[in-house]
Amino acid sequence: MNRFLTQLRTELQLVSRNGEQLLLTLGIPVLLLVFFSLVDVLPTGTDDPIDFLAPGVLALAVMSTAMVSLGIGTGFERSYHVLKRLGATPLGRSRLIAAKIASVAVVEVVQFAILVPVAYALGWSPATTNWPAAVGAVLLGTMAFAGIGLTFAGRLRGEINLAALNGLYLVMLLLGGMVIPFTKLPGALRTLAHGLPSGALADVLREALGGNGAQPTTSWIVLAVWAAITPLVAAALFRWD
Amino acid sequence: MAAVEVSGLTVRYGDLQAVREVSFTAAAGEITAVLGPNGAGKTSTIEVCEGFRRATAGTVRVLGLDPATQQRVLSKRMGVMLQEGGVYPSARVLDTVRHYCALYGKGANATELVEQVGLTARSKATWRRLSGGEKQRVSLALAMAAIPEVAFLDEPTSGVDVNGRDTIRGIVRGLADAGCAVVLATHELDEAERLADRVIIFDQGNVIADGTLAELRRGHDEIRFRSSPDLDTIALASAIGMVASRVGHDEYVIDAPPHPRLMAQLTAWLAEEGHPLTDLRAGAQRLEDVFRRLTAEKPEPGDAE
Repeated sequence: MNRFLTQLRTELQLVSRNGEQLLLTLGIPVLLLVFFSLVDVLPTGTDDPIDFLAPGVLALAVMSTAMVSLGIGTGFERSYHVLKRLGATPLGRSRLIAAKIASVAVVEVVQFAILVPVAYALGWSPATTNWPAAVGAVLLGTMAFAGIGLTFAGRLRGEINLAALNGLYLVMLLLGGMVIPFTKLPGALRTLAHGLPSGALADVLREALGGNGAQPTTSWIVLAVWAAITPLVAAALFRWD
Repeated sequence: MAAVEVSGLTVRYGDLQAVREVSFTAAAGEITAVLGPNGAGKTSTIEVCEGFRRATAGTVRVLGLDPATQQRVLSKRMGVMLQEGGVYPSARVLDTVRHYCALYGKGANATELVEQVGLTARSKATWRRLSGGEKQRVSLALAMAAIPEVAFLDEPTSGVDVNGRDTIRGIVRGLADAGCAVVLATHELDEAERLADRVIIFDQGNVIADGTLAELRRGHDEIRFRSSPDLDTIALASAIGMVASRVGHDEYVIDAPPHPRLMAQLTAWLAEEGHPLTDLRAGAQRLEDVFRRLTAEKPEPGDAE
């Protein structure tokens, strides 16, 4: 087995054994989707809350995996000198990073394989489904969130990184148009929310999966800019040890 | 050609000079102990050799390669044991060793390595559940997964119990016997004394001694004994014609070779004065005393690692 696959297998093995990460990447999105679609307390502005929630929770799942799970895991690996030790093997940084990205992608596929059927089972019936656009948005979102997660992981101590990323997760969850519509936010917060990667991703996914077919150009641009910048920032600031 | 060649190595962290124009070599098939107190510069030096850190000045060659620019090539032939950590906390012992065996791809058998370091019974335990000594053994197994030609081991017996130390010493000696150049960083003088073929002593960023144990001890014989705490050392000195120093509560040292006549004079004087002789050791200085003597000779203001 080549070194990339060896590392990928280990990354996936560790994710599957980490209860907190499973709760974050699978448990919370499924719980939010089921609970808020059955208990209509959110001001979604739609006849059936699942039509609003499904794309938002898919965006949340991407953020959970690519930013929080990856960032916290990598931060602790840095604190525990795991990255340093791996740096002394023939694995190499590029294969290590590639394996981490691939493990995020695998987890996202599993998330979608669970969340989409659950959403359909809860009555989700999107008027339009532009899956190529949705996949493109997920790729950009993954890059943007992974860049943020790795920037934090590469600079902060393990415990501080954990707290910071969880805090950011909460902020982006509330302001990101994932479970609360932008229209319900006060003016200044609404502007801010549209500029966040979470807001842009949720907006694009919502148009791609259930919208009227129009492309939210501004959100695409916001998402693309975040996807282009944050990995570069992470690469520039990341400390391996 | 030496497996490790360090020449004029300097490492700076801003204004702090951690390593000052250090030069030494380490040969294949030998255990070279890099000794020194915390902050002496030994870890910085070894990290440059491993390719983790850049030298400010000087040249380093490991197996003829420059670790700064050829680390990828070097890593296939080099075993590394960090002082602490280096393993995913939730990873199991056998899985971790298997992972590293696969990364090196040189055919090392993970099950055998785990057995060799005495952790077969703990092979399913996660890293976070291991004791300090067990973690050191796993780290050593990871270094061995490389089937290394050169191995850098940082404090390999730190926190390890007596039986574990014997196991680790046996493995390290086995590595050297198989032709590997083992570079062992430690601040435990006893460990170096038991294991090393060659000793390099660091102090305040400088190499203050480099040689075999016999070379470092040469010319520094002593007679060390224990007797009454209130021994009259002036009277003793006049009786034997040598200065006797009290170095502990009831421990004394005479800096002289253990000539039979001198030993006879000493024991006779003790008997005449009615003092007991509870312990007597004569010959080469212990490494600890060599180290004390060398570091006392080189007082310099404190830069740190």
